[in-house]
Amino acid sequence: MAGEQVAVARRARRQLPWARAVFWLYAATLMLPLLWMFGMSIRPNEDILGSFSLIPQRTTLDNYRTFFTDPVWYSSYLNSIIYTSMNAVMSLIVALPAAYAFSRFRFAGDKHLFFWLLTNRMAPPAVFLLPFFQIYQSVGLFDTHLGVAIAHMLFNVPLAVWILEGFMSGIPREIDETAAIDGYSLPRFFLRIFLPMIRSAVGVTLFFCFMFSWVELLIARTITSVNAKPIAATMTRTVSAAGVDWGLLATAGVLTIIPGAIVIWFVRNYVAKGFALGRV
Amino acid sequence: MTEQSVTVAGSPVGGEIVTAAAPQDGTPDTRASVKPKNNRAWFLVLPVVVSVAFTAVIPLMTVVNFSVQDIFSPDDRIFVGLEWFRSVSRDPEIRAAFVRTLLFSAQVLLLEIPLGVALAVAMPRRGIWVSAALVIVALPLLIPWNVVGTIWQIFARADIGLGGWTINNVLGIDFNYTLDSTDAWITVLIMDVWHWTPLVALLAYAGLRSIPDPYFQAAQIDGASAWATFRHIQLPRLRGVLTIAILLRFMDSFMIYTEPFVVTGGGPGNATSFLSILLSKIAVGQFDLGPAGAFSLLYFLVVQIVSYVFFTVLTRAGR
Repeated sequence: MAGEQVAVARRARRQLPWARAVFWLYAATLMLPLLWMFGMSIRPNEDILGSFSLIPQRTTLDNYRTFFTDPVWYSSYLNSIIYTSMNAVMSLIVALPAAYAFSRFRFAGDKHLFFWLLTNRMAPPAVFLLPFFQIYQSVGLFDTHLGVAIAHMLFNVPLAVWILEGFMSGIPREIDETAAIDGYSLPRFFLRIFLPMIRSAVGVTLFFCFMFSWVELLIARTITSVNAKPIAATMTRTVSAAGVDWGLLATAGVLTIIPGAIVIWFVRNYVAKGFALGRV
Repeated sequence: MTEQSVTVAGSPVGGEIVTAAAPQDGTPDTRASVKPKNNRAWFLVLPVVVSVAFTAVIPLMTVVNFSVQDIFSPDDRIFVGLEWFRSVSRDPEIRAAFVRTLLFSAQVLLLEIPLGVALAVAMPRRGIWVSAALVIVALPLLIPWNVVGTIWQIFARADIGLGGWTINNVLGIDFNYTLDSTDAWITVLIMDVWHWTPLVALLAYAGLRSIPDPYFQAAQIDGASAWATFRHIQLPRLRGVLTIAILLRFMDSFMIYTEPFVVTGGGPGNATSFLSILLSKIAVGQFDLGPAGAFSLLYFLVVQIVSYVFFTVLTRAGR
C-alpha cells in the first residue's frame, strides 16, 4: 500500500524526457572554463602562447613546482589559509551565544539588532576601504593575519549569527526546559547538550565563514602589504615586463579552488542554506 | 504572539532538504509558541555587538568624518558641510557608474532567475546522481572571486582561451574583450551568470523538493500537462525561495567588484567600471578622502534601503 503510493508519487513527479539531457549538457558547459584553466596550468608557457590546441601537446608540472618553491607564492597561499581559519573560529565563537539568544529569547531591541547585523553583510566592502586602511594602521593591525581576520568579521559574524539562528530555531525549546528542570545551568547545557545537537550547524557555519573569507580580495588586499598578503593579491601581480605568466596564474587558480572542492561533498545539502543566510 | 518576525527558520516551503529534524508540513512547530522575554539575553549578544562595532561602526564614523571635510593633510583640514555630497551626486562619472551598475543588476536578474529555475526543474531528484549534480552545480560558488575572474580572463581571450577562440575562429565573429566595450560587458555578464546561476538553481531546487507528493498526484489525476503542473503547482510554491534569490542576487551584483576588476579592470574606457570599482579608484587610487567618503555613504544608503526591503520580505516569507 505504502509502496504503491510512493510509486504513484514517483510517476507523478516524472520529468520531461529531455530535461535530464539539458541539465547534464549545462553541467558539462559549466565545467569547460574550469577544465580549460586546468589544461593551461599543465602546459609550458611557450605552448600556451605559441599555438592554439584543444589538448595540451606537452604536459609539465613546472608551474606547480614554481608555485611551491617560490616563497612569494606559497607564503601568500599560507597567509590566506591562516587568516581565513582564524576568522572562521573567531566568528563562530562570537556568533554562537548571540544566535542562541536570538533563537530562544525576546529582548529589548532584538529585531532591530538582527536587522542591523544583516546590513553589515549587505554593506559594499569598497565603502570600508579608507577607514580600514587608516584604523588598522593606527592600531598596529595593518599587514597582520589577525588584522585581516578581524576585518572579515564585518560580513562573517552576521552570516554566522543568521545561519546558526536558522538551525537553532529548528530545535524544540522543550529540550532547554527539560535540561533546566534537570538542574543544568545555561553554560553547561549549552556545551554538553545543545552544542552536540547542532554540530552539523557548527560545521556548516565554519565552512561558510572560511569560504567567504577565502573568496574576498578587496579588503584583504587593502590592509596588507607583505607579511599577510593573500594569494588573491599575489595573483593580480603576475603581469611583468615579459607579459602575463599565464601558466603560473592558472596554476594558482587551480590551487585556490582545491579547498572548496574538497569540502563541497560534505556540505552539498547545505550550500543553499548557507548562501541564503540560513533561511531556506 | 504574532510578532515573531526574527525567528524564521525557513521559508514557507520548508527545509526538508537541509534539516532532517525540520517539522513536517501541518505539524505545529516551535516557532508558533511564545519565546520568553529575557533582557539578560543581551549579555549573550554583547560579543557580537562589540566585534561589529569595531569592524563596522567605528569605520563608518571615520567615513562620515571624511565626508564633511576637505582634507589637505592630517593637520590641515576644513569643514565643508554637505559640499562633497552635492558634488558627488552631480558627478557625471559617478552617475554613469550608478546607471551602469543598475543596468548590470537588472540583466543579471533577467538571465539568472529563469535559468536557475529551469535548471532546478531539470535536476535529478532521486538516485545516485542527485549528489553528483549538487556538487557540480555548487562548484562555481566556492571558487574565490578573483579566480572566477582569472578563469574567464583566460577562457574568453581570443588567442589562448577556448571560448574567445571559438567565437573568433569557428563562429567567425570578431570578439575581443580587452578592446571592445560590448564584448567586455558580455564577458562580465556571462561570467556572472556562470558564477551565480547555481545559487538560484540550488535555492529553487530546495524549494521544489519540499513540495509534498499529493500535489503532483492531484495534478496527474487531473491530467495536467507538464507546463500546467509547473505553472500552477511548482512556481507558486517557489515564491519564498525566489524572493530570497532575487534579493541576494540584486545585492551582490550591485556590489560587484573583484570579478570585473580582474577581467577588465573597469575598461575598456569606462565600459565595465561599476560603482565599487570607481569608488575604490577614488578612495585608494587617488586618495580623495572627502569625495570618497561622501560617495561611500550614498552608496551605503542605497544598499541599506534595499536590505531593509530584503529583511521585511524575508521575515514575512517566514510566516
